[in-house]
Amino acid sequence: MIVVLVEKGPDGLAVEVSRETVTFARSLSEAGGGVAIDAVVVGEVSDALREQLAAYGVRDVHRLGGEAYDSFAGAAWAAGIESVLAATTTVVVMAAGTPRGNEVLAHVAARRGVEMAANVLTFGGLSPFVVTRQVVGGQALEEMRLGNRPAIFTVAGHAVEAAPAATPGAATLVEHAPDVAAADLIARVVSSEEPEPDLSGDLKSAKVVVGAGRGAGSAEGFADLVELTELVGGSMGVSRVVTSLGWRPHHEQVGQTGSRISPDLYIPCGISGAIQHWAGCSSAKAILAINTDADAPMVTKATYAVIGDLHEVVPAINAEIRRRRGE
Amino acid sequence: MTNVLVCVKRVPDASSEVVLTADGQSVDGRFAGFTMSTHEECAVELAALVTAAGGGEATALTLGDAEAVEQLRAALAVGCTAATHVVADPQRFGPADVAREIAAVVRDHEAAGRSYDLILLGNDAADSGDFQVGIRLAYELGRPVVNGVTHVSVADGVVTASGAGTDGYETYRVPVPAVVTILEGGVEPRYPTVPGRMKAKKVAIEERTPAGEPTGPNRVKLALPPPVPSNVQILGKGADAAPAVVDVLEELGVLSR
Repeated sequence: MIVVLVEKGPDGLAVEVSRETVTFARSLSEAGGGVAIDAVVVGEVSDALREQLAAYGVRDVHRLGGEAYDSFAGAAWAAGIESVLAATTTVVVMAAGTPRGNEVLAHVAARRGVEMAANVLTFGGLSPFVVTRQVVGGQALEEMRLGNRPAIFTVAGHAVEAAPAATPGAATLVEHAPDVAAADLIARVVSSEEPEPDLSGDLKSAKVVVGAGRGAGSAEGFADLVELTELVGGSMGVSRVVTSLGWRPHHEQVGQTGSRISPDLYIPCGISGAIQHWAGCSSAKAILAINTDADAPMVTKATYAVIGDLHEVVPAINAEIRRRRGE
Repeated sequence: MTNVLVCVKRVPDASSEVVLTADGQSVDGRFAGFTMSTHEECAVELAALVTAAGGGEATALTLGDAEAVEQLRAALAVGCTAATHVVADPQRFGPADVAREIAAVVRDHEAAGRSYDLILLGNDAADSGDFQVGIRLAYELGRPVVNGVTHVSVADGVVTASGAGTDGYETYRVPVPAVVTILEGGVEPRYPTVPGRMKAKKVAIEERTPAGEPTGPNRVKLALPPPVPSNVQILGKGADAAPAVVDVLEELGVLSR
């Protein structure tokens, strides 16, 4: 059996990365002769969630309930997964490569004394069981052996596209109220406040994002970029060096350690396209890069490009937009 | 008094192109150079802040080849006052091995009267990205672990750790001794001052050999992702390209308002 830790969103349904992980589990199941896929869910399980998981081919939904699960504790979640493992014959434990997924499975792996692979993209052979995962921030791939059972790994976001199963599962609810040891509840969330107003919200949902990198030159070098952002009705998104240098606020950062954006058009200006940044903008439907270096990764990966200094190109674009609007 | 151990790793600087070694076992950092993972730079800063606030020593620890002493000196230059170097080829050590080695150092130091109230690590290393050394270390030592926070303080024997989490801004309170793994973004790592660097050079770094034989990282090999063929359409050069750019903006319908 394959056990997948499924995380819920604010709507109580499985988040996309968890649905991707169940989809990944199905391809593993098919390769392994059709072993069953069970989900582990912490807290409430609505009928809508069960229906959703059934559509994804899940056999049983193991619900972890009780006071131990009122607030997050990585060790308590791991203890819950262990109680599911104790009741089943499980060969693989999976979760999405989210902060929770990586944390909880690392606990499970440490408790069971087996290895864990984080951010897996694909699996190779089943015997030996080999996975390929993202390392160096996605700039390199590692083939890794998972020799012990259960094999424990998390799945990188967008490794597969989430898709319902051809044959739905029963998604039978199985209740677990494990006796969680006091030691597993020491490191527990004691308060979780509404997040600070998410200033990056506009950035994440923007249809157009104007990006700026080191090429902006200084905090003062953003005037034309801000104007372009306003003219296209978009949001500003910057590379890490820009926030590190204090030119723009952190909530505007796009990349592996910033926001991940998926606009219709991304206009990176003076951004070379280091993988750290690319990780945050690769979902853009179209990219129009402005860069002095025709060989910069951002230019070669772009849909459109202008070769030139952003301080010459951007004002000219702004002027052209204003001219066509008859301003 | 709060004594802090902060664990750092020498990693290839991955801001430029990644090159692999001929045997496909590691990233060749000889061209790009080496650095400390960003999360760990923040962990070092937090170690310096915690010990400055409560008194006590911040000790830096690394497992790495001889050159990794560079990262220890960097930590010593920005607030750490002692350092320990487990000299070993890091490629032979998997995350469970590294956790065991850190635990061995902690036990030895504590047997010698140097205890650690708080052990800080990065949430994940910039190169191997295993996301588990801190958690495995906590199990080795039988201590609670808080994972992936940006802020840490210690008062009256309680560690308060917080950061933006899945359910909003999350706070943990755990008794010392504890393990906490850090994400970048909560504190700004300070730049080393000249006196700081001078002082760092004078610190005698404890050198050790590994406590045990590593089981290894289970790595078969590394590979680079396949190159994506470029389909870029060059719209022109310099300011002259502006009309072509605005044509594209109109085509994509992003100028309508």
